[in-house]
Amino acid sequence: MTTHDTSTEAPSEEQIRQMTPEEAMIAGAAIDGVHIVHHRNRFPIPGTKAEKRAERAVALSFTISALAGVAFVVYFCAGKWKWHLPGSPQTFQYYTPVLGGTLAAMMLFLGVGLVLWAKLLMPEEETIQDRHDVPSTPEDKLFAEATLVAGLEDTGLPRRGLILRTMGLAIGAVATVPLVALVGGMIKKPGTQLLHTMYKPDPDMFPDTGGMVPIVDEFWNWIGPDTLEPGGLATVFPGVRKKNQYGYDGLTDASSPTLLIRLRPGQKVKARKGQAHFGWPANNPEYLAFSKICTHAGCPASLYEQQTSRLLCPCHQSQFEVLEDAKPVFGPATRSLPKLPIKVVTDKNGAQRFVAADDFDEAIGPGFWERR
Amino acid sequence: MTTTTVPPRRSDEPRTPQGKAGKFFDDRLNLAKPLRVQLNKVFPDHWSFMMGEIALYSFIILLLTGTYLTFFFDPSMVETVYPKNGTYVPMRGITMSRAYESTLNITFDVRGGLVVRQIHHWAALLFVAAMLVHMCRVFFTGAFRKPRELNWLIGLSLIALGIIEGFVGYSLPDDLLSGTGLRIAYSIVLSIPVVGTWLAFLVFGGPFPGDVIIGRFYIAHVLLIPGILLLLISAHLALIVRQKHTEFPGPGRSEHTVSGERVFPLYAAKAGGFFFIVFGVCAALGGLAQINPVWLFGPYQPAAVSSGSQPDWYMMFLDGSTRLFPSWEIRLWHHTLPPLFWPTVVLPGILFTLAGAYPFIEAKMTNDRGKHNLLQRPRDVPVRTALGCMALTFYMVLFLSGGNDIIAKAFDISLNAMTWGGRIALLVLPPIAYLVGYRVCLGLQRHDREVLEHGIETGIIKMLPSGEYIEVHQPIGPTDEHGHGQLSYGGRPVPKRMNQLGAASPLSQIRGFFYPVKEKPEIQAALDELEQREHGDVETAEGPKQLTD
Ligand code: HEM
Ligand code: FES
Repeated sequence: MTTHDTSTEAPSEEQIRQMTPEEAMIAGAAIDGVHIVHHRNRFPIPGTKAEKRAERAVALSFTISALAGVAFVVYFCAGKWKWHLPGSPQTFQYYTPVLGGTLAAMMLFLGVGLVLWAKLLMPEEETIQDRHDVPSTPEDKLFAEATLVAGLEDTGLPRRGLILRTMGLAIGAVATVPLVALVGGMIKKPGTQLLHTMYKPDPDMFPDTGGMVPIVDEFWNWIGPDTLEPGGLATVFPGVRKKNQYGYDGLTDASSPTLLIRLRPGQKVKARKGQAHFGWPANNPEYLAFSKICTHAGCPASLYEQQTSRLLCPCHQSQFEVLEDAKPVFGPATRSLPKLPIKVVTDKNGAQRFVAADDFDEAIGPGFWERR
Repeated sequence: MTTTTVPPRRSDEPRTPQGKAGKFFDDRLNLAKPLRVQLNKVFPDHWSFMMGEIALYSFIILLLTGTYLTFFFDPSMVETVYPKNGTYVPMRGITMSRAYESTLNITFDVRGGLVVRQIHHWAALLFVAAMLVHMCRVFFTGAFRKPRELNWLIGLSLIALGIIEGFVGYSLPDDLLSGTGLRIAYSIVLSIPVVGTWLAFLVFGGPFPGDVIIGRFYIAHVLLIPGILLLLISAHLALIVRQKHTEFPGPGRSEHTVSGERVFPLYAAKAGGFFFIVFGVCAALGGLAQINPVWLFGPYQPAAVSSGSQPDWYMMFLDGSTRLFPSWEIRLWHHTLPPLFWPTVVLPGILFTLAGAYPFIEAKMTNDRGKHNLLQRPRDVPVRTALGCMALTFYMVLFLSGGNDIIAKAFDISLNAMTWGGRIALLVLPPIAYLVGYRVCLGLQRHDREVLEHGIETGIIKMLPSGEYIEVHQPIGPTDEHGHGQLSYGGRPVPKRMNQLGAASPLSQIRGFFYPVKEKPEIQAALDELEQREHGDVETAEGPKQLTD
C-alpha cells in the first residue's frame, strides 16, 4: 500500500472508483491545491436530541417562510388597499405594512433556515487553498513580448509610417463621429436665454400697457396695490399665457417666480445704484419686487421673517436683507436678489394694477461663466 | 493489492437522472474539471467581509424591483391634470407632469406598487451605505495594497456611479423635493467655468428644467448606469476570483494560501441565505418604514420648496459642503466663477482623486512594493488608521452640516452658529481625529504586547506573605525564567479574557433554551467518551501553542 501523503500524486481512475464520495472529494481537491485540514461531522454520535433540535429549527424556519408566502398572496388578493380620505375608515393603511411584513418574513426565514442549516448541521470544515500566485516566468514574459513584437513586425507598421499615420487619422475619425453625432445632437446654444425672463416687454402681446407685462398671482389674477397688507409678501408671476418653446407659461417657467413685498410704514430701502425708482411709488417705494430664485443655486428663497425683514433660502440658508435691497447677509449666496422694476397702470375698470416696467436688468438665479 | 478485486463503487455509465444531466453537459462543455475547481474554491469567513456581499445583494434587489417599476412608470414631462375622480383625493385637479402622475399611480392604483417603490428606495440607500462601509473595511485593513489596487479603483467608481444612479433615480418622480434637487444639480453644472452654460444646456436641452431631462435621466437610470454598474461589478468579482480573498493572519495562515470554507456546500448555503436575509430586511423596511412620500410633497413647481426636507443620505455631504463654503464669488474680465463650483465640483473631485491615489501614495511613502494577501489590524498601522479617522471625521462634519437646519431646530441653536461651527469643525476636527486615532492605535498595540509578556489578567487577587496584593496573570504561552511570555505578536487578536483561551469543548456545551436538553444515557455516555478522546487530543497536539505562528 502506498502512504497517504501523496497529495500531489493523483489517484488513478481505478482508485477513485473505490473511494467514498468524501474521500474522492478530498483527493480531487488536493490536486487543485485545496487541502481540507479539518472536516468534522457536527453530530458524530447519531440520534442525539441536539441533532434533532437543530434539524427541527431549520425545518421550522422553512415552514414559517412558506406560510408567510401564503399569507402574502392571500393578503395581496384579499386585503383592502384603496386610499380613502382621512375621516373615512382607513382600512388601506395595513396593506403596505402587511405585504412588506409577510414578504420580509418569507425571505428572512428562508435565509435564516439556510444559514442555520449550514451552521448547525453541515460538517464544520477548515480548508486551506494554495493561492498559486506564481509570477509569470521570465520565459513566459519573453515569449509574450516576442509574440507581440513579431506580430507588429508582420504588420510592418514600424516601417510603414504612411499606413501608421493614415490609420491614426481613420481611427480618430471613427472615434469622433459618434461623439459628434450624439453630443452634437444634444448641443443647445445658450444664447441670451439665461439673461431674459418672461417679464420682457412685448407690445404685440400687451398693447394696452404699451407692452409692459402684467403681474399676476398663482391663479392668473392681475394684482394691484390693494392685495397686500403693510408688511405683507406674495409670490407673483409674469402674466404671460403663451407657452414658450419648452412648454412653459408665465406661471410654470422656472425663471418667473417673483416676490412682491409691501413695506411697513416707515421702512425704507437702501436701493442699489440706478435702481432707486424700481419700486412703487417710484419716488418713495412702498412696494418692491425681487426675483424669488436664489442667486446661490436656484432654490426659491421662500421664507420671510417679518420681524427681521429677512428672506431665507431653505436650501443652504442664505439670508437676504430686504431693507438693503435683498443683499445677502449670511450663507453661501454672493449676489443680491435681482430687483424687478414695477409700475402701476389703470385697467379698463379703472382699478390700479402692477406691471413690470421692464425685464430684470441682470440674469436671475445662480451664477455662470458668461455672466458679467 | 486487494483494491483490484473489489467491484468498483461507481460505474462508467450514469444511471441516475442527475448523472445523466451531468453527462449531457460535460459531453458538450467539458465541465467536470472547472466545476470541481469552482465548487472547491475557498472563501475566508470573517464578518467584515459581508459588507461587500450586502452591496452586491442590494444591487440585485434594485435590478428586480426597478424592472418592476418600469412596467408602470412613465418618464414624461408632459403636463397633465390629476383626474377629478383620481384615487388620491388631495391631488384631484392639480396640474403635474405625467412622471409624477404615474408615480402617484404606482403608489395608489397598483396593488403592492407602494411596497415595491419603497423597497427599491431602501435598497438604494442600503446599496450605497454598504459600499461605503465595505470601502472602510478595505482601507483600514490594508486590503487595497498590491496586488489589489485595481479593485480599489473599480470600487471607487462603483461608489461614485452608485451615488449618481441614486440621485438620478430619485429625480425621476418629478416631485417637489426631487425638482429642487434637480435645480441645484443644474446650477452646479452651470457653475463650471468656461463650458458650464453649454454643458447645462446640453444635459437639460435648454434652461432649467427644459423638456427632456426626465426622459434622459430615465434611460440613464434604467439602462446606461445599471449597465456600467453591472460591468464594473462583474470585473470586481472576476478580480476577486482571480486574485483570491485576503484574510487576517492566523494559525496556519500564510501569504501563499487562503483558508476558510469551500463554496460547496458551506459557503453557498451561507451566502444564499444571507441574500435572502438582506432582501428580507429591505422588504421589512419597504413595508414598515415610509420613504420618499412624494404624494405629500406635491408636484414640482419652481416657486415652491419644502423646507426641512433632506436629500437621500449619500447626497448630504455635498449639501453640507455647499452650506459651509463661504460666499466667495470670483469675477474676472467680465466673467463669473460662482462659489457653488468649489464645494460641489472641485471638492468631490479632490476627495475621489485622493482616495484613488492613496494605495500608490502609501506604497511610495512606505517604500513597500511587495504583494500582500494577509490583512493588517488597523492598530498595527497607526498612520493609515489615523488618516482614515481624519477622512471619516471630515466626511462626518460635511454630512451633519447637510442637516444643520434640522439640528439647529432640534437643539434650538441658531443656524448661523451651526454654520460657523461646521466651518470651524471642518478645519479643526480632522487633525484632532488624526492625533486621537494615532494615540489609540499605539495604546492598543501596547496592551497587546503587555498581555503577551505578562499574561491575561485573571481577576484573582492574591495576598503575598509580605502583605502585598498582586493580581494573578495567566501566561498565554511559554515563559522565560522571569515569567515573561516569549510569544511574539502575530498580527492577530491577542486573547484578553480567560474564556477566550477556548477552554470549553463544543461537545460539552449546554444546549437548550428554557431548560438544558438531556440526552439518553447511552448516547450521553458515547458523547462523553468522544469528548474525552478529542479534548485530550487538542490539549497535547496544539494546546496553548495555538497562539504562536
Ligand atoms: C443600481 C442602483 C439603483 C439605484 C441606486 C436606484 C435608485 C432609485 C431611487 C432612489 C428611486 C426613487 C424611488 C422613489 O420613488 O422613491 C428610483 C426610482 C426608479 N428606479 Fe431605480 N435605482 C437603481 C436601479 C434601477 C434599475 C436597474 C431600474 C430598472 C431596470 C430602476 C428603475 C427605476 C424606476 C422605473 C424608478 C421610478 C419609479 C418611481 O419613482 O416610483 N432602478 N431608483
Ligand atoms: S440655493 Fe439658496 S442658499 Fe443655496
